[in-house]
Amino acid sequence: MRDWNWRGMWAIVAKDLTQVRQNTMVWLPMVILPVILQIVLPLVMILLPQIVGEAAMDMQEVEPLLAMIPAGLIPVAENSSPEAVWIILTSCYMFAPFFLIIPLMVSSILAADSIVGEKERNTLEGLLYTPLTDQELYVAKTLVSILPALTITLVSFVLYTIVVNAAGYAVVGRIFFPTPIWWPLVFWLAPALSVAGLGVTVLISSRAKTYMQAQQAGGLLVLPIVAWMGAQATGAFFMGPGLLMLVGLFVWALGLWLIWIGSKTLSRSNLISRV
Amino acid sequence: MDTVIVTKGLSRQFGENWAVRDLNLSVARGQVFGFLGPNGAGKTTTVRLLNGLLQPSEGAASVLGMDPATDGAQIRARAGVLTENPSLYEALTARENLRFVGHVYGVPEKVLPGRIDALLTRFGLQDRADDKTGAYSRGMKQRLAIARALLHDPEILFLDEPTSGLDPAASRDVQDMVQELAQRHGHTIFMCTHNLVEAEKLCDLVGVIHRGSLRAIGSPAQLARELWRNTLIEIDLNGPPDDSVRQAAQNQRGVVGMEIEGDLLVVEVSDIEVTPSLVQTIVAAGGQIYGVRKRDHGLEDVYFALDNLEKGNTHPESKANA
Repeated sequence: MRDWNWRGMWAIVAKDLTQVRQNTMVWLPMVILPVILQIVLPLVMILLPQIVGEAAMDMQEVEPLLAMIPAGLIPVAENSSPEAVWIILTSCYMFAPFFLIIPLMVSSILAADSIVGEKERNTLEGLLYTPLTDQELYVAKTLVSILPALTITLVSFVLYTIVVNAAGYAVVGRIFFPTPIWWPLVFWLAPALSVAGLGVTVLISSRAKTYMQAQQAGGLLVLPIVAWMGAQATGAFFMGPGLLMLVGLFVWALGLWLIWIGSKTLSRSNLISRV
Repeated sequence: MDTVIVTKGLSRQFGENWAVRDLNLSVARGQVFGFLGPNGAGKTTTVRLLNGLLQPSEGAASVLGMDPATDGAQIRARAGVLTENPSLYEALTARENLRFVGHVYGVPEKVLPGRIDALLTRFGLQDRADDKTGAYSRGMKQRLAIARALLHDPEILFLDEPTSGLDPAASRDVQDMVQELAQRHGHTIFMCTHNLVEAEKLCDLVGVIHRGSLRAIGSPAQLARELWRNTLIEIDLNGPPDDSVRQAAQNQRGVVGMEIEGDLLVVEVSDIEVTPSLVQTIVAAGGQIYGVRKRDHGLEDVYFALDNLEKGNTHPESKANA
């Protein structure tokens, strides 16, 4: 058996990312999404009470929310002001589901562009005539989607850490972010979601004719995240690090299963009959 | 002779339909093989089968001594393909397109830039090498696609409609290049085409496929000989022949048919050896001859004769003999 053609596979990754850079419709959402979710919204939530003033908020308003969260999950000091509690609560906890939208959307946008884009731009047949094996092509296409998704997730996390600590420091008086749930969130659940987003898009890609069709279908995975946000806001459901690890395990299993199924669907002979 | 493509009973079925059925052919190294047939006849499916993009439903093939069903990647590494659609990345420049292909095909980094420059120059694209190919004309895209197919110095080239959509000058450039590749560089070329004039000019061997089955294979002259046992002789009389000339020619031994086409008397003879005595007979009957030549059946005649047979019409000779 010959060695894997990594040079060829990296050439596909580089070529696809060059094309992404030149397609505003593809890269713009990947920039806007983290900027809104990780910079603009947190700033509004953190700075708004400070701008409105102390009188606008008292402890009675945040106490019911705080009471619903399992003890020890949110590191709120006993003598914290209502504003500090609000900042810690929103930035450390309420924003967690928002963060997960990023790896999911980035991986499904890139997978849609990388796979269905080849069909849409009439370049798929040429690619299938290259000496890369089905496995090499498939792995290259998954790397195109996963690597940027993980990079953007990590960069967003770093930016978010800087933004919330800087914006909240005057009120909280210390570096309060990240809290323990964020480690499994960023390094376990977020990669799992990017794999699942890729898996769903891959499955749809063999049948989708356009980038938009594939991308929209891949976005369906946002629904469970929205449900999580709703559950948190109403106090019905909270996730600690243990539960996050468990959910992550399920999402990993789902994502890897979808990718395995996808590798059968995206075989050369299947793809060429749809060119 | 070293055979590089062999198929034995190669077949591929999609649902109930046979796209290719019981295909038997062999192409020798350095030959230009023309694969002729209408749209949907099975030409592109055959190329896909030979490159391991599709698995055969029945039969087998061998390309460069390997089985495309199991060694597709190794075959593709040694073959260059020009698909009907140029398949270029239009957001990339010509140079970027070629670099990408060079990396995928494993062209060593040391030689890649030089080879890219040489091909861009050879195909007249050096001045536009750093422009995005989306801005190229159809002819430029086709030339770049051919350059791309040649970048890794393949032993076999599969060309699917290489001159489709090109203007006459660009078509001639591509045809010259195909001839040069075969004659000077010894490439084996498997060319799918609708263009019968092009096939006749370029191909040593042609195969005619219809509804997935190979109807005929051979050189254009061989195919003509198989279809037409008799020979056509054109006699220029500088005007319509009179009755005595016609009658004399008709009575000549070995003459099996005759037609008048303007100033020409077109005589069908069973043997070319009849020609000198036929000429003497016409002269003796008072005919004034300005020229005599053998009329060859071109590939176009062959193709349409086969097409007529396919449609259940009569053999071309039976009409002349009537």
